[in-house]
Amino acid sequence: MRYVTRRLGFFIVTLWACLTINFVLPRLMPGNPAEAMMARYKGRINGSALKALEIAFGVNSSQSSVHQYFTYLGDMLTGHFGTSLTFFPDPVSQVVFAALPWTLGLVGLTTVLAFAAGTIVGIVAGWRRGSALDSVMPPIFVIISAFPYFFLALMALLLFSVTLGWFPQGFGYSNTDTAGWSWHFIGDVLSHAFLPAMVILITSIGGWVLTMRNNMISTLSEDYVRMARAKGLSPLRIMFAYAGRNAVLPNLTGFAMSLGFVVSGAILVEYVFSYPGVGYMLLQAVENEDFALMQTLFLFITVCVLTAVLLMDFATILLDPRTRTQA
Amino acid sequence: MATTTLPSGQVSGIRSYWARFRGGAVWGLLRAIVSNRKATAGVVILAIFCFLAAFPGLIAHDNPQAEIYNPGLAPSAAHWLGTNAYGQDLFAQLIYSTRQSLFLAVAAGALATLLSVIVGVTSAYMGGFTDDFLSLITDIFLVIPAFPLIVVIAAYSKNGGDTILIAVLVVTGWSYGARQLRVQALSLRNRDFLVAAKLRGERRWRVIVSEILPTMTSLIVAIFLGTTLYAIVAAAGLQFIGLGNPNTLSWGTMLYWAQNNEALQSGSPLWAIMPGICIALLGAAFALLNYAFDEVSNPALRPVRRRRR
Repeated sequence: MRYVTRRLGFFIVTLWACLTINFVLPRLMPGNPAEAMMARYKGRINGSALKALEIAFGVNSSQSSVHQYFTYLGDMLTGHFGTSLTFFPDPVSQVVFAALPWTLGLVGLTTVLAFAAGTIVGIVAGWRRGSALDSVMPPIFVIISAFPYFFLALMALLLFSVTLGWFPQGFGYSNTDTAGWSWHFIGDVLSHAFLPAMVILITSIGGWVLTMRNNMISTLSEDYVRMARAKGLSPLRIMFAYAGRNAVLPNLTGFAMSLGFVVSGAILVEYVFSYPGVGYMLLQAVENEDFALMQTLFLFITVCVLTAVLLMDFATILLDPRTRTQA
Repeated sequence: MATTTLPSGQVSGIRSYWARFRGGAVWGLLRAIVSNRKATAGVVILAIFCFLAAFPGLIAHDNPQAEIYNPGLAPSAAHWLGTNAYGQDLFAQLIYSTRQSLFLAVAAGALATLLSVIVGVTSAYMGGFTDDFLSLITDIFLVIPAFPLIVVIAAYSKNGGDTILIAVLVVTGWSYGARQLRVQALSLRNRDFLVAAKLRGERRWRVIVSEILPTMTSLIVAIFLGTTLYAIVAAAGLQFIGLGNPNTLSWGTMLYWAQNNEALQSGSPLWAIMPGICIALLGAAFALLNYAFDEVSNPALRPVRRRRR
């Protein structure tokens, strides 16, 4: 139980740190960037929205920064994220929730797929060490994992969309379509998502394969694996239920670190494909100096990653008895 | 190797001379690089890029920033990669960009490694509250997705130049190494040679610098390689979306201008392809070195030769 509370505590502390970063950063920078933004938008947006932004970024405010900080924390926790300047009169929360499903669908699905596939390939590669699979794959993955995601995305766009014309050149669905649950629309969405999904899958799978293979190799020299062999268990059972099950544990913890990396890459992939998700919107917000939207997107991305990490922690509890017995 | 022509006694004589001269470390490193194919490939790529960064003028004879040619020329003998939409020679741009890309990556990698050594070793050596506190901060930075954070910081300090860029990369890149170093330093803490150093009455910082750090050299090198790889990719991504200084010459900014002019769609794809390939090659050099380093320090991971044949 202590493990669970510790992980939950970490979740909350990290969330708080993230909120504080959002609060402190614009105030820390020389020549208050928020003030410059405010000056630019003056007259273009109405008074009350501007007032709210001024409070959020501490411009022209007579309140003490401590007071500002707690007002800010309260606003964030109750879902008052302010007004988006890019999509003006819409509140930030509405804009973010419109983009969230696209990213969760694209990045969430590909990450889970990459983790599952990478783990299985890694188990097999480690098990049949020195086989064709094992000697060809690691070097290829080492090189692919050095590729910047966005470069691979650019190349995929060039080859399959511009040159061959197999896939659409970006965005989430065709302009001519009406959104809805028709087969035609779903097919359209899938054909738009295919290229970005493949890019994320190909670049992220390598890391899982390599770490899983290395974990597998060290697990295979354990005594319990030799014991299982001596008992005459079937190789498949030893491979997955004995060695693989234990080799995956460090990877579950490593998932936390890699997830941030995948999300980072996915932002640029979305940008290249103009995919209407959270990452593309983040860069749009940066371009328009829409700081309220930018902060909220950063917060949401972090919360998504933190939630995934927490889920992995719980998976670790299920798979690793050692975390349960720690009193 | 050329040593086969020498009588074996002489060879070992030369070797022991070298071993005495450099404590065997340099020789061991060279031998490791030559005998590991991945390491050889990495070192060769890296050496070529270092040469280009140092003497770009020897390879490319055009002024990379001069907009003096016809825009959008196809590759030819005069312009090996053609020209871009501004009438600049792409080959010269590519070669001259090496310096900044390499410098940013190595500087950010080195500083981030330094920070992770300081935090990781301090954390492990001090223990108690300091350890808990530093570990918590490390874990937080480990989990917060780095690239969105980089984007947010860079957006507030728009066009802050290379110093800001390096600072941002260091802030987001140190945590992984710090955690690994802490774990290794913890395992060393109660070893006899450290107890002996303490009993001798050595000062704390001296114990850390001359007793602990030398035993962790291999891990520190591995962390440096990994962090630099991270810095290469992250810096390129940041410059690609226009958050670097777009007026400097580097591969990331080349990609930014290519994307702004829709180079892929308008028939000059080399503008985007070549800098991307260079980034990937530089990244691959560090990735290969890192992987080879893993194999050297952990023999269990080395590729096995098949028994048949």
